[in-house]
Amino acid sequence: MFIIKCPYCGERDHSEFSYGGEAHINRPKKPTELTDDQWAEYLFMRKNIKGIHYERWNHSHGCRRWFNMARDTSNDKIHSVYKIGEKPPV
Amino acid sequence: MSNNFRLESGEGINQTEKISFKFNGKTLFGYKGDSLASALLANGIHLIGRSFKYHRPRGILSSGSEEPNALVQIIKDKDKAKTDPNVRATQIEIYEGLEAQSQNCWPNVKFDIGEINSIFSSILPAGFYYKTFMWPSKLWRKYEYFIRKSAGLGKSPTEKDPDKYDHKYYHCDVLIVGGGPAGITAALMAAKSGNKILLVDEKPEFGENLLSSSKENIKINDLSPAEWIKVKRKELLNFKNIKTLNRTTVSAYHNYNYLIMMQNLTDHLSENEKKGKIRQRLWKVRAKKVILATGSIERPLVFDGNDRPGIMLSSAVKKYLNFYGVKCGNKIVIFTNNDSAYETAIELHNKNSKVQAIVDIREESSGDLPKKCNELGLKIYWKHTIVSSSGHTKVKNVSVMKLSKDNSVVIGKKINIKCDSVAMSGGWTPAVHLFTQSGGKLDFNNQNFCFYPKKTTQKQISIGSCNGTFKLADIINESNQKTSEFINQNVENKNKISEPKEGDLENIWLLPSNKALGKTKSFIDFQNDVTAKDIKLALREGYKSIEHVKRYTTTGMATDQGKIANMHALGIVAETTNTKMGDLGTTTFRPPYTPLTFGAIVGRNVNQFFDITRRTPIHSWHKKNNAKFEDVGQWKRAWYYPIDNESMFDAVQRESKAARTKAGILDASTLGKIDIQGSDTSEFLNRVYTNAWNKLAIGKCRYGLMLNDDGMVYDDGVTTRLNENHYIMTTTTGGAATVMSKLEDFLQTEWPELKVYLTSVTDHFATVSVCGPHSKKILEKVTENIDYSDQNFPHMSFKEGSINKIKCRVMRISFTGELSYEINIQANYGQSVWEKCMNAGKEYGITPYGTEAMHLLRAEKGFIIAGQETDGTVTPIDLQMDWIVSKKKYDFIGKRSLYRSDTAREDRKHYVGLLTKDPNEILEEGAQIVAEVKNRPPMDMIGHITSSYYSPNLNKSIALAVVKNGKKLKGKKLFVPMANKTIEVTVSDPVFLDKEGTRLNA
Repeated sequence: MFIIKCPYCGERDHSEFSYGGEAHINRPKKPTELTDDQWAEYLFMRKNIKGIHYERWNHSHGCRRWFNMARDTSNDKIHSVYKIGEKPPV
Repeated sequence: MSNNFRLESGEGINQTEKISFKFNGKTLFGYKGDSLASALLANGIHLIGRSFKYHRPRGILSSGSEEPNALVQIIKDKDKAKTDPNVRATQIEIYEGLEAQSQNCWPNVKFDIGEINSIFSSILPAGFYYKTFMWPSKLWRKYEYFIRKSAGLGKSPTEKDPDKYDHKYYHCDVLIVGGGPAGITAALMAAKSGNKILLVDEKPEFGENLLSSSKENIKINDLSPAEWIKVKRKELLNFKNIKTLNRTTVSAYHNYNYLIMMQNLTDHLSENEKKGKIRQRLWKVRAKKVILATGSIERPLVFDGNDRPGIMLSSAVKKYLNFYGVKCGNKIVIFTNNDSAYETAIELHNKNSKVQAIVDIREESSGDLPKKCNELGLKIYWKHTIVSSSGHTKVKNVSVMKLSKDNSVVIGKKINIKCDSVAMSGGWTPAVHLFTQSGGKLDFNNQNFCFYPKKTTQKQISIGSCNGTFKLADIINESNQKTSEFINQNVENKNKISEPKEGDLENIWLLPSNKALGKTKSFIDFQNDVTAKDIKLALREGYKSIEHVKRYTTTGMATDQGKIANMHALGIVAETTNTKMGDLGTTTFRPPYTPLTFGAIVGRNVNQFFDITRRTPIHSWHKKNNAKFEDVGQWKRAWYYPIDNESMFDAVQRESKAARTKAGILDASTLGKIDIQGSDTSEFLNRVYTNAWNKLAIGKCRYGLMLNDDGMVYDDGVTTRLNENHYIMTTTTGGAATVMSKLEDFLQTEWPELKVYLTSVTDHFATVSVCGPHSKKILEKVTENIDYSDQNFPHMSFKEGSINKIKCRVMRISFTGELSYEINIQANYGQSVWEKCMNAGKEYGITPYGTEAMHLLRAEKGFIIAGQETDGTVTPIDLQMDWIVSKKKYDFIGKRSLYRSDTAREDRKHYVGLLTKDPNEILEEGAQIVAEVKNRPPMDMIGHITSSYYSPNLNKSIALAVVKNGKKLKGKKLFVPMANKTIEVTVSDPVFLDKEGTRLNA
């Protein structure tokens, strides 16, 4: 059970949020110009890493805003939280 | 039986308050403050239950939550059907009316038929389930019955739990777990900082282990340990910023210092005092900092027959003696590898229990206490070990032999010592369970042979013996020092502590015996009946990882989670494989630390509070009119309305017929409704639906199909353009919340440039749907200011009007295929509008119909239900709904996936209709479909039935299905094999009624 700092509301309990999978996978602007493999890359392929993972979260029982988070999957430490559209921290 | 083994006094009991209780039907008595274990021991009862696998007689091993053996069944309310199984006799405090029973024995604990397993133990080795019962697989069901019956613990209750439970959230600055000398010292230190402190302990009183310490050998500031702890307990009361909880066990330690604890509120109260009170409370604590002072657990020694009743941990014997005033025996043998057991020996000797002998595996000890025992004239066998024990339901004899120089074998003559109890000590294991649950890493200490906390990942410290610090003076100093650093509080706190000097511990994980290992029963895991030879066997059979050995032998997997067993299992594996303990690692400690009740986990979320129940504004009308309800997500929907004793089938047939021949009325309020506004709404709808939306005129409705980006149908519904930039979307009842989330997701993350605003208005409107040939006449009577002529108000359009001057929206849309109108009105007017329609429709025979008839009516028309005809693997093309997929649009969600190689395949499962050869035969939903019938399975299953009904309007059975290559099978015969027959069907078009849609304009 994390404590997550929503960029709009501040620190809240984990139970107010829902997880939305890996971040920074932009839906292709021109899907019809992609090959099956390229489309599959967007549709299915996700990282499963040990270490810093960039992921989407939604403050679903709060402001309902989506945001991104950098979390270390090995110890669940949250390194940063940032708004959609912002660059991931290095 | 009287309290033969009771002394004149004990620190923890009140001998003026006598309490009677029942054990195995016999009435006994003890005193206020007794645990069930101490009260039984006072009555001379050591035999408590039978072991899990071999049904060996078992007694009390310990005095706390680590107890593996003495599990009992507690009867509640004098009702055997209401019972708590697997309650540790060492933890439950006796109360007036307590009724406890032995477990896992039949006909009784003294004579147990299952003990025959013990004789056959050589054919019940580790992993015997896997080896013995794998073949022939058909017989497993037979084996399983007997295995389940003969192996096990307590019985589950068969009646509903009569007790109430509670949940509580709590936030604090510092949580201190454990109220022993370390925890109390830390709490007093932390309290001075003014922080909000929570101190919890699983026992009824703080500092309990000190309460059973020797009064003479240890002094803190010239006070005995018990006196000192009482002073400290008083000091705690002076601080308003400390909250203390007793009988509270931390079950789980999650990340971000989130801990789950269970508080026992009434288990120690008499049946009368319990009444009306909450039994247990689950605390969900978020602490800024956590101090772990969870103490340590004494280890047994592993020798042949170490599990007999009467063979106990040395610290437990001391606690029963000093705290409860109970002698565990009159002739006691002490067996140890360290100095702590000598204190037990001295205390026993001082209280007139005869210490028959002290058996010590060490060559000698430089400590003060062994010296004192020598002076008292107690017989010490240095460098000796117990090789076996005897006594059926209680130990009566132990055999002792000398250890060889390298401790590998025993030598010399066997010495027999008569006894009625053995107090053993194999050293101390820090209780690092919570520490490792929290993500901490351990290190191995080669001097004390234990794992201790090395590195934590949270704002947390471990202090005292759970940190591998065992001497009292060190514990108190460490607690002061580490706590003051941890909370940045510098308080001078000097204590003068005198305690005996201790000699070094020497460790042998598996003691040698004069018998071959295969002939011994040296228990490691008492609760799961795992012996040292089982561990060795697992290693011989090739298991190397400790995690595999654990699962194969089941060591450490009982309800005590290996609190007693784990170290020996690890030690034997390390020794046998020549690995260092530190390199071997440990198995994973998982929550809960001690078992918690389902009641505490569930708390108040039972019965009507289990989940939210959503009712439509018209619910009470349905109820009054005998509706049967169906759960759809959280909603209660009217399912059908039986008249008198009508069956469900008959009611649904009647309702469905009326809806097509007269008029039907349906409560559609549960459909998801999303209010969409903004100048880019039509573009937005274009992107989320498969069809085109930019030409939808104001006042018109359109059906839309929503896909996921994988091309599979996700949801469907009708969207109406109310105004230039104002739409209302409907979704399926079950999909409302997820569709809303999905749309929000796309708007916020993929298309932030679109000016579109979403509001969920599902609960704000009641929806009354009236259909059938008379529906128009009824609506004309009910609503004001609406012209219902076909020219003005054609199919798939919307009008605004009013009912009793209340604004309403009427959509002419149809899910039944009949002429149909939906009235949407502010929710609180829903029921009055419904009643108005009923009155207006009376002369036309208006009939309320439920969800079942609705499903039947739409099936006659071949309309899909997302979630019934689709299951996340069905594309619109599979549904033969190509007409709704725009070819012109550049993109929409799911478009690209429709021509991935797999989705473009021609032989996918397609949506079709099925007609049975016998028109009265109704197919079963979910049944499999085959093209070729074989004598017995397996057969090639080419599809399954998704919906099936008897159609009262067509007078025949109809079904919808998905069938492989179904589009090309029209007119073909297929088969539906059932348990007792095979049903022949013909593939048809899924639209069974009114293909031209003339009824929509009836």
